[in-house]
This record gives sequence, structure tokens and C-alpha cells, in this order.
Amino acid sequence: MLNAQQTVAFNGTKEQEAKLMEVINRYKDTKGALIPVLHEAQGIYGYLPVEVQAIISKNLNVTMAEIYGVVTFYTQFTTEPKGKYHIGVCLGTACYVKGSGAILDKIREKLGMPEGSNSTPDGKFSIEATRCIGACGLAPVLTVNDEVYGKLTVDDVDKILAKYSE
Amino acid sequence: MEMVNITINGQSLSVPQDYTILQAARQAGIDIPTLCYLKDINEIGACRMCLVEVKGARTLVTACVYPVNEGMEVFTNTARVRKARKAVLELMLSNHNRNCLTCVRNRNCELQKLAEELNVTEIPYEGEYTPSVVDDFSPSIVRDNSKCILCRRCVAVCKKIQTVGVIDATERGFKTKIGSSFDKSLNETDCAMCGQCIAICPVGALHEKDGLTPVWNALADETKHVVVQTAPAVRAALGEEFGLPIGTPVTGKMAAALKMLGFDKVFDTDFAADLTIMEEGTELINRIKEGGKLPLITSCSPGWVKFCEHNFPDFLDNLSSAKSPHEMYGAVLKSYYAEKAGIDPKDIYVVSVMPCTAKKFEAQREELSGTGYPDVDAVITTRELAKMIKEAGIEFNKLEDAVFDSPFGDEATGAGVIFGATGGVMEAALRTVSEVLTGKTFDEVEYEAVRGTEGIKEATVTIGDLDVKVAVAHGLGNARKLLESIREGKANYHFIEIMGCPGGCVTGGGQPIQPAKLQAEIDLKAERAKALYAEDRALTYRKSHDNPYIKKIYEEYLGEPCGHKSHKLLHTHYHERPKY
Repeated sequence: MLNAQQTVAFNGTKEQEAKLMEVINRYKDTKGALIPVLHEAQGIYGYLPVEVQAIISKNLNVTMAEIYGVVTFYTQFTTEPKGKYHIGVCLGTACYVKGSGAILDKIREKLGMPEGSNSTPDGKFSIEATRCIGACGLAPVLTVNDEVYGKLTVDDVDKILAKYSE
Repeated sequence: MEMVNITINGQSLSVPQDYTILQAARQAGIDIPTLCYLKDINEIGACRMCLVEVKGARTLVTACVYPVNEGMEVFTNTARVRKARKAVLELMLSNHNRNCLTCVRNRNCELQKLAEELNVTEIPYEGEYTPSVVDDFSPSIVRDNSKCILCRRCVAVCKKIQTVGVIDATERGFKTKIGSSFDKSLNETDCAMCGQCIAICPVGALHEKDGLTPVWNALADETKHVVVQTAPAVRAALGEEFGLPIGTPVTGKMAAALKMLGFDKVFDTDFAADLTIMEEGTELINRIKEGGKLPLITSCSPGWVKFCEHNFPDFLDNLSSAKSPHEMYGAVLKSYYAEKAGIDPKDIYVVSVMPCTAKKFEAQREELSGTGYPDVDAVITTRELAKMIKEAGIEFNKLEDAVFDSPFGDEATGAGVIFGATGGVMEAALRTVSEVLTGKTFDEVEYEAVRGTEGIKEATVTIGDLDVKVAVAHGLGNARKLLESIREGKANYHFIEIMGCPGGCVTGGGQPIQPAKLQAEIDLKAERAKALYAEDRALTYRKSHDNPYIKKIYEEYLGEPCGHKSHKLLHTHYHERPKY
């Protein structure tokens, strides 16, 4: 895809930036500093939007393209913020066989998530296709924040989402 | 260096202990296929084409990164090796957009050549292709990942040699692709548009933005007076597209071909290079005399200029305000020439044949339209000119030499010709500045200290009672190094020449593409430069200010260098561009 859009506007604070700079200065002269800095940056901001990557690029002297390469290589890094409600749809083998793929598609469609983005523009919902979460007996399964929903069909999606209308 | 004894295919060799198997094999004349390997630039063992068998090793090893050791026995041509290499290539081809017949790199593709050499006759693997889109938003460079084999040669050149680094490998596994930050188009990044990525791509994943369609259309339009100009470096390499040996100058044949293509006038950018020297040289003299901003840095290379705007905005006032030669020419053609020839400038269509992809970007700069019209209407690369010649059915190698058209072209100077090689602009400027400053004439015109392919060259040239300190850098990595040393106060100069591409224009991003293997054997930069220095030596006039047409244009039209009229037509300005 050309031009990965950020759906949610960045609103980082001065405090967050100061914290990030402290991290960068701590790692500045270490070889292989990028991954630990990205780690802590995600801890500070919750995600790694282009603005945060630019601060790291400038101060660590690593190109934007290289940083983006690392961020997209590791699934633990994300360029989108977690929503107020973070949905995890399990795509582990058992859930997948039981049709969790269709559930994932249905939720994305219902929430109107743009292609290539994993959150809603208002930042309320974010979604993630997870690996096995160890609840195969309940397959197919999804989580919303800490709540677990199991033995689902596509028709259950509306009911679940309705609970999070606030 | 300590030597070690090894055998390759039973042949005994003694090689330095820091050699890789590949280096040892090449020294012994044994061919091992490679794709991702670029000596000193990209040694990552990624493509697996160079697999060889080493006695005692559990698996096959990659020759390009595997170091030799005492007593090592290497086999490059066993059934196991051939089978593995073929499978690697078949897998690569199975995820490759194989529209070879219509590919820009058809018959000049390292992948295609390997498929032939390894006798791949079918692709046994059917399946999904890595999703990709074409990025053709840049005015200079098109990226088509459906052809990409992930060798990362472009990434290495962009990051390590040019220190631009706007592309890298992103995503992982089957989705791995080469792209820029947040998958932006190159056009939205700080890409310098130098095209070195194109020059090093083994396949058709990178090529210049098509400039031919508008040129053919203009040629077919009877209301247009279509004028073409060719940069100095083009003549040093165009012949390669027609099978001539590297370093064969084809100035006469090129002029003949351009006339046959139907251009109304065929001019030589050399004339404008002389004009650039008059303006830039005068600018230097003025800055030295009047205590202006120094060092003065050349601005002929649009890749360098864009790089400077993104990375060194604090040096923008150091850049010469002189336009690059072909832009100057365009402005002159749409003013002085238009008046003389009695043609409305709106009907003049200026085509520049350039060794460069960044020139395509440059031609679109709004500030480069001193006459109210764009100075230059279309830029095509040396490669694209070769395509035009082939498409028109012209048998290039059989052409009789022709000369460029008057009133500007038939009397070029050697100073203009050497613009195409690193150090050439500096040398041309010194030839003129030394005589203008002292009022004397010098017979010695060759400045050896600024020639050659070393990354950064320095010299102190005594002109009258002034010691002029000069430096020459080529390749953006070297430019960065040089400017950083000035920023840190470690170095200082009066005058600096910077070219965006390593080697200068002769090895620009728009020049004919030679395979990596050949580039490992010969120094393309030096070979092509030889053609230019030979032409320089053979010319009557070797100094820009001696060019009779230069004298004439100042007398008849421009007045004096850096005067009012030339400022309007021949000078420009620069602006800071974002880096992030």
C-alpha cells in the first residue's frame, strides 16, 4: 500500500517528549540502541506514530525508513494507538478453523475501519488479530479489553459491540 | 597480509586470509553467480545465489560472505550446488513479475541473465505474489516492487554511499518489501532523486519516470520548434547502449542521430557549461573580493542541491546562485535565441538529454522559468535517448559524425566537456578564474589535483597573490562528510565542487546500466571520464571565456557576467525542505 495513513491524530505532550529524550540520551552511544529506544518510546506513548519515529530518527541518527522497517518487522510494535476499547480477535489455529476470520472482518466492517488501519478515526476502538490466547475450548474467541467472549458466531458481533457504545 | 592455502574445484590457490570464497574464486577465474552482492557496499549473503559446497560443512555456504581458511576445500560446480542454486532462482522467479518482454530492463537484467545461465526452463512453483503497488509520483524515479527481488542493493547505495536512506526493507516474511517510512511515495520523502538506486538495481524494480511521450509528441507537433541539448557526460556513455566499448566517445554520432530524430536544432550543453563558468566564476571572484559568503559551492548537480535543501539548509547561501547549465541554456534559448531566430518563445520546446534523473525534478522547479516559460520543457536520460534512437530505426553505429548546430554549438570548449567528470567544474572554473583575476594567459590548463575518483579531493591553487583553497566531493556521502567538517570548523575553503553521484555525471543515475559483476572489474567512473578528458585535450578552445560564442552573447545580449540581465535569466534561489 502506498501511504500508510495514521487514522488517529497525534497528541503527544511535552512531558512525554522530555521522557523520550531522556531515554534517547541514555542509549545514544550504545550500539543497537534502536530497539530498546522503540520499546521505551512505545511504553511512553502507547504506540509509535510518525511524530515519535521522527524524534527518534533525528536524535539517534537512524533513517526514518530504517526505523519504519524495524517497527513493521516486529509485531510488538504498533503505529496506531490502542483505542478506549481494544479488541483482540484470536486467529490461533482452533479459533481460525472455527471461523474467527469472518468475525474479524465483520467487526472491521461494522466499525468502519479504513483499509490498512486498525483503529477507528475517533480513537474509540482498536483491533488486533492475536495469536492463540489459550482459550481454545471456547473457540472462536475474542477479547475486549479484559473481557473474554467465546463460542461466537458472526451474528454475535452486533450484540457485543452494543455493550461498548459509551 | 598472511596468505592461506585453499582449493577450489581441486585447483590450489594461495589467497589473503581476509578473502571470502567469492573473492578467491574470482581471482582464480571461477565464476560464482551473485545477485545481492556489491563489493564493499552490500555484502549480506541474502539472495543465496552464490551457494557453494565446502568440504566438512554441514550445509551449503554463501561464497560472498564466507571467509576462507587454511586447507579449505571448496566446490562450486557439484550437482548439489547446481540444484540448490537453481531452486533458489526458481523460487525468486516464482514471486517475480515476469513480463520480461515489456520490461524496461529486458536484455539488460541480471536476473534474466542468471535464468539463462542456470538453464531455468520452467517455474515449478505456482502461488500467491507479494502484494505491491507502483510508486510513480516522483518526477524522477519509479519504483515497481512487483519486479523487486529484495537484494537490497538500492537500500545499501541510498543509505551507505549517498547517506540519504529513504528506502529500507519493511514488513516481514512474505510481505517483506522495500519501501520508505510509512510507505510514503519517494516524492514525499527527502529523496535526492539522484537515481543511484536505478543504476544499481539488478532488475526492473527501479527506473526513471518516462519522459519520452511528451518529447515524441512535441516532435510530431508542427507548431513547435523543438530544440535538444545534450549534457557532456551523455557522449561518454551513450555508445554502451549500442554495444560499443565503455569509454567510447560518440559525440558526432549522437549529433547525427538527434538530427535524424527530427529535432529542429541540436545544441550542446557544453556552451551553457561555459556560461555557467562565466557566471559562477564571476560570483566566486566577487565573493572573494567583496568578502561575500564563502566557501562558494557549485550548484550544477540537482541531486546535490535537493540534498542540501533537506540536510544542510545552513549552507544554502553558500550555493552558487548560478542555474545549472541546461537550465541556463533553456533560458537563453527562450530569450536571446528566440529573438535572434524570430520565434515566439511559447513555441520553443526545449528537451535536455541528461545523464541524470534529478534533472527531471529540477526542470519542474517553479523558480526555473526566468522568461515566463519553463526554462526546460522535458528531460530525458541517456538511456531514454538510446531508446528513441532504437525506436526510430536508426543504426547508430553506422552513422557518420555530424556537428552540433550554430549559433552556439559548433565551437565547444574543453572546459565545458569535462563538466561531466568529478572535478571537471572545478577545473573549468580555475582555468577561467585564474586568467580573469590575474589578467594573464596561462598555457598550463590541466589541474591534476582535482581529477581522479578519490571521494574528497583538496588543493590549494595560487592565483596571483591569492592562495585559493578548493575541495571537490562526489557522492552525497562524501558531500555530507565535507560539509560536516566545515560545520565543525575543521576545514575551510574558498570554492567547493559537489556532484551528487559518485564519479560525477559520467556515472549519473540516468546513464546506461552496467551489471554489478562488470562494475566490480572495471572502474566505470574512470573509464567514462577518460573519454571526456580526451575530448578536452583535442579541442581548440579549452577555457570557457575563450569561447567565441560566449564572448558574443555577452556583447550582444547579456552585458556582463552576474549583471542585471544574467541575474534575471541565469540565476536562481533555493529553499529549505523538510527532512522528517
